[in-house]
Amino acid sequence: MRRYQPLAILAAVVIAVQLLVRAAGAVYYLTQATMAAYYCLVTVGLCLLMGYAGQISLGQAGFFAIGGYASAVLTTLNLSAAAGSPAAGFLTRLGVLVERQDLYDHRLLSFAPWAALVAAVLATGLVAVAIGLPVIRLTGHYLAMATLGFGLIVFRVVLGTRFLGEADGISGVPPLPLLGMQVTGGLKHRIEGYYIAWALVLAGMVLAVNLVNSRVGRALRSIHGGEEAANTVGVNTTRYKLATFVLSAVFAGVAGVFLSHYNGGIGPSEAASMKSVRYVAIVAVGGMDNLWGTLIAGALLNFISLRGYLGSYDDAFFAGILILVMLFFPDGLLRPRWLKKGSP
Amino acid sequence: MPFDQILQYFLAGITEGAIYAVIAIGFNIIYNTTGIINFAQGEFLVLGGMIAVTLSAILPLPLAIVLAVAATMAVGALVDLVFIRWLASPSVLRLVVITIGVSILLREGMLHVWDEKVRALRNFTGSEISSVRLLGAYIAPQALWVLGIAAVIVVALALFFRFTLMGRAMRACAANRTAARLCGINTRWMVTLSFCLSAGIGALAGCALSPLTQTQYDMGAPLAIKGFTVAILGGLGNSMAAVAAGLILGLLEVFSISLLPLAYKDAVSLAVLLIVLFLRPGGLFGRLEAQRLKEF
Amino acid sequence: MRTSATRIVLAFAFVLAALPLAAQTGTIKIGAILGVTGPASNLGAPEAKTLEMLVEQTNATGGLLGRKVELILKDSGASPEKAISFARQLIEEEQVLAIIGPSTSGESMKVKDICEESQAILLSCAAAETIVKPVAKWVFKTPQNDSFAVIWIYRYLKERGLTKIGVVASNTGFGNGGKAQLEKYAPEYGIEILIAEVYDKEATDLTGVLTKLKAKEVQAVVNWSIEPAQSLVAKNLRQLGMTAPLLQSHGFGNIKYVEAAGQAAEGIIFPCGRLLVSGVLPAGHPQKRLLENYKKQYETRFKEDVSTFGGHAYDAFTILAEAIKRAGSADKAKVRDAIENLKGFAGTAGIFNFSAADHNGLDLSSFEMLTVKNGKFALLQ
Repeated sequence: MRRYQPLAILAAVVIAVQLLVRAAGAVYYLTQATMAAYYCLVTVGLCLLMGYAGQISLGQAGFFAIGGYASAVLTTLNLSAAAGSPAAGFLTRLGVLVERQDLYDHRLLSFAPWAALVAAVLATGLVAVAIGLPVIRLTGHYLAMATLGFGLIVFRVVLGTRFLGEADGISGVPPLPLLGMQVTGGLKHRIEGYYIAWALVLAGMVLAVNLVNSRVGRALRSIHGGEEAANTVGVNTTRYKLATFVLSAVFAGVAGVFLSHYNGGIGPSEAASMKSVRYVAIVAVGGMDNLWGTLIAGALLNFISLRGYLGSYDDAFFAGILILVMLFFPDGLLRPRWLKKGSP
Repeated sequence: MPFDQILQYFLAGITEGAIYAVIAIGFNIIYNTTGIINFAQGEFLVLGGMIAVTLSAILPLPLAIVLAVAATMAVGALVDLVFIRWLASPSVLRLVVITIGVSILLREGMLHVWDEKVRALRNFTGSEISSVRLLGAYIAPQALWVLGIAAVIVVALALFFRFTLMGRAMRACAANRTAARLCGINTRWMVTLSFCLSAGIGALAGCALSPLTQTQYDMGAPLAIKGFTVAILGGLGNSMAAVAAGLILGLLEVFSISLLPLAYKDAVSLAVLLIVLFLRPGGLFGRLEAQRLKEF
Repeated sequence: MRTSATRIVLAFAFVLAALPLAAQTGTIKIGAILGVTGPASNLGAPEAKTLEMLVEQTNATGGLLGRKVELILKDSGASPEKAISFARQLIEEEQVLAIIGPSTSGESMKVKDICEESQAILLSCAAAETIVKPVAKWVFKTPQNDSFAVIWIYRYLKERGLTKIGVVASNTGFGNGGKAQLEKYAPEYGIEILIAEVYDKEATDLTGVLTKLKAKEVQAVVNWSIEPAQSLVAKNLRQLGMTAPLLQSHGFGNIKYVEAAGQAAEGIIFPCGRLLVSGVLPAGHPQKRLLENYKKQYETRFKEDVSTFGGHAYDAFTILAEAIKRAGSADKAKVRDAIENLKGFAGTAGIFNFSAADHNGLDLSSFEMLTVKNGKFALLQ
């Protein structure tokens, strides 16, 4: 049970921050805290990939965008023209298609957010498998460039395609209803949005912590330690690397779905290579194989960036800390003993 | 397609391809000596162009270009000295990430020194509307300059690496660092020299390119991606192959315009990159085993 | 406490909560979300400078309603998620009276819904028609509609019988919006678009796509972009030996683009607001004085040429200031009503006539047909 202690502490901190913020009448901080949580989820997945499986990925933003765009497109599609058809009727009865009204009193027939969520996660997973199979055979620079290239292709595709909104992206994405609550940015749902986001991160951390302390985790660490040796001992390196790749992609995709509902939209900038670099920077700062370090770094750095404290120096700041950490603290900044993942 | 249209596409393709080839050669020089891919290569082009534009307001053009190249070489050396030199056996991951960070810092630095406005160097000969007619197709005189300078760079480098002591020392470093050190070659300075050289040819290419493409602080990254694609396409480390690969990619891109919407042009070269990486990472002309043996 | 990580986070939360709320009484707070750096810096940087200049001038002459104006400027780097975060920050935390910006259509569309829901005034500096169509009660925009520019261009082409055209647009919100409007209005004016292509805003060479246009033997080329790459079209066109006239959008309104195109810019024709030709306007023209003042003040202070992009921020602020004066208070609802009822207001983009159905307030007469002569902007005769 030792390994779950940090999780309990995290949950306590999350609750404490919210209560504190409410007491101080500063509930608006929760917006950035919620958005930061979703970006955190991406970095936790990336930490599993980079730190444990030892695979660098400069394309996580691509998976984030696939999840986000898939969900955004499906929930803003207007199929009213096909409303009479039997297929549409069938889907509506199933609850897959719903009628709704947007802010400007237009009636729309679109996919239900839950259906879009499922479809988006599936899409992200499938693309991850398709890309992952050839990519994991690469190492070093080639791996870096392949993942960078993937992210850039996603960027170019969303930028150049009409129904993906081209340069303007997609807006007017409806809230995502979840267990009676709603994932959306409005003030009424601010607190529940915050808790949903951090609950998701917590769930992700539970999954990650269990993974690294399981057989799979040991296999991954053996791969990271020496792939040939691992192969010799009988570890199916390809399967584990691919599984981790897909898992980290799914983490990113889920974050993308939720954030696009929270923000009410998504734009091509979420797929930009600069975003992928930021995710890598955060994992580096937190410590490549340090899940908790990555979490803390992700939460703090994203929060700071979203609040605009860095002004026009945002990108330069991330580049700066990236270099500093890589030069002087290659094991990460947040490295005290107690932060290690709970195994000897 | 009528012949003059094909020729026109051809000319556009080799002009772009020549630029990609020069950037790829810049990558290869550093890669050969150090095993590092320098993601900041694109920024060297932009830096050279920016400095030249600023200097050309007060100095004659050739002098401005020479000084810009020299200044960029100094920056290249600085990059090595400050960020790379004193790392002891770093992992590939660390190096990739550091050079990405350097590229972003350089870009933001240029933004704050020069601001976001676009600039262009004067055309070396002629003006913005002059063009040379070649068998029914047209090419701008500046594009001919670009082709010429690229060719000169390739030839000069080939001669440098083959016939000069320093060039051969660098090749020795590339082949086997420890052995080179045993021969008395100061490998650390060879690394610095390779950064200098890469920065220099990048800056020269950037100056030649500036009248054609205009120079803006954030142009570096897209160029670097293309350059890297070409370097991989030809086989990392092989500069002659980079020339061929550059021309191939340039032509591929331009001819793709005749079939696909222009919006997907960049997706085409990215797809090429991924296909090469997945199917034949050693490149068209390279051998993967040889590259695997490269160490920093 | 068990772990210092917890300590860090709680300390952080304490610090944040202890930050004084932005309850500076007495000042009128105006927020601005602009793309000062990043991909839209051509737009955001002059807009930010203009706003800073105007706020300083206003405060120097006693402020608005006797209160000082406080400008809270956020650099979104043209990234919608930051724009969203800043919008919520400005509305809920800083409790600004209004938000000026964002600079791009993509960001504006995301912020539009937020402002409408939160009942906060938004004066967008982006051009897309969708920002004000459908009309959102609290959202306004100051740049002219693309459709006006398209109509001016098509009228010009139709008069001269140049009906077979080629269109190239940049892959940004502005470019795509313009291309859509060009395609929409073509049949009405008897224009046939033989070929329409979108080029990357970071393109370095466009001879490939222009060769495609040349092969189709277009009678005129329409280039729709707000980025520097549009100068490449002008140069490459001439380098290819094409003689077809080149018409551009009001996104060409920046002398730097003319300089970049050099001699290739001669003879380009484009519809634009009158800011760039304020010198040749007749003496009594309602816009003349303010245009010349803006030009002189901006150029003296920032040592760079004025551009129409900065003008959109100028209009946003002056409209807001006028509305505050007329409403006689800094109450959001009253100011919003005042904006909506503003008529005959002279700005850099034209004369604004707002109404409940029209939150842009400009029409065809806000444009003039301009051209480039001897490297300078001039009225087309």
